[in-house]
Amino acid sequence: MRETIHQLEVLRYDPETDTAPHFQTYAVTCQEDWVVLDAINYVKENLDRTLSYRWSCHMAVCGSCGMVVNGEPVLSCHAFVRDYPEKIRVEPLANFPIERDLVVAIDDFVEKLTSVKPYIISAEERPVESGENLQSPEQLAVFKQYADCINCLLCYSACPQYALNDSFIGPAALALAHRYNLDSRDEGRSARADVVASNPGIWECSFVGACSEVCPKDVDPAAAIQQTKIASTVDYFMRFLMPWRKQ
Amino acid sequence: MIRGPYVRPVGRYSWWLSQPRYIRYMLREVSAAFIGAYILMLIVGLLRLSQGPAAYESYLTAVLSSAGVAFGLITFVFAVYHSLTWFRVTPKAMPLRMRGKAVPPAIIVGAHWLGWAVASLLILLWVAV
Repeated sequence: MRETIHQLEVLRYDPETDTAPHFQTYAVTCQEDWVVLDAINYVKENLDRTLSYRWSCHMAVCGSCGMVVNGEPVLSCHAFVRDYPEKIRVEPLANFPIERDLVVAIDDFVEKLTSVKPYIISAEERPVESGENLQSPEQLAVFKQYADCINCLLCYSACPQYALNDSFIGPAALALAHRYNLDSRDEGRSARADVVASNPGIWECSFVGACSEVCPKDVDPAAAIQQTKIASTVDYFMRFLMPWRKQ
Repeated sequence: MIRGPYVRPVGRYSWWLSQPRYIRYMLREVSAAFIGAYILMLIVGLLRLSQGPAAYESYLTAVLSSAGVAFGLITFVFAVYHSLTWFRVTPKAMPLRMRGKAVPPAIIVGAHWLGWAVASLLILLWVAV
């Protein structure tokens, strides 16, 4: 198999010794079928055991290995080394505080994800005896795309709105809120509206669309947010036109 | 373990220069300013028309001056870019489902272009008659 030598420039940061991050370069001989994550694993196993980063499945499912490679947020297990020039610059996801090396602190996202209630809400409690909460394939197809999110946070790394505005709920969390709002079994739209339809929710989004461009799962969070904007606007006017209608 | 998360600074005014997709976004947004300015110019034209033939003549001279024509051309390019980018994203904002299936995005975009062409044609005919 063909081998190529790449200069891997990795952003390093050790909170115990560094005041700011700096780049460290490793020369890595890569196999033709390697992804960037393989190159990083090679560094960890052979060149520098102090390098910290997150990964798990190596098949674009777990969403742990998101990094910025040559300026673009990617899953490092989904980015072939052969598609990059000799120099490959690897940085942690943008717009999140760096915990150590390529590991970022995602507490803010987890908090925001929780705030949109990303689970099925029923108006009345469903006892176990009532059986399965059934759904047809057509009803599933309405939201399936938004359920494919793996919380990899590439969309947050690409979003300039999130970069500039700490309070913005952000693409993945809003896409997941939309996913549950569209679910035929769910009755929690108004319970989510306080957060979702607020300023830090959908209205901070100015539709740059970068989130959808970098999404490795074609979730299209930008579409979810624009659709939520339309639904929320319709809700607003319906409140005046048909005040008797249930939200 | 000591925790001391490092927050990287973001340029409040320069962020959009960091990626081509951000520049394209800014161009799309700034196109609205040119279209707004053009509408303002048309409103001024109406005002000048109400002030009599002499006032309107001087307005027309200004619009047809090289600076006026240059502004018109730039606005035209921005208006086309604005429409192009907007039509392209309509399937995202307004996805349609018919008989349980998603309508292909190309049909939604195509319908907008068709609507635009028909509207333009009707306005042209109306002006001509």
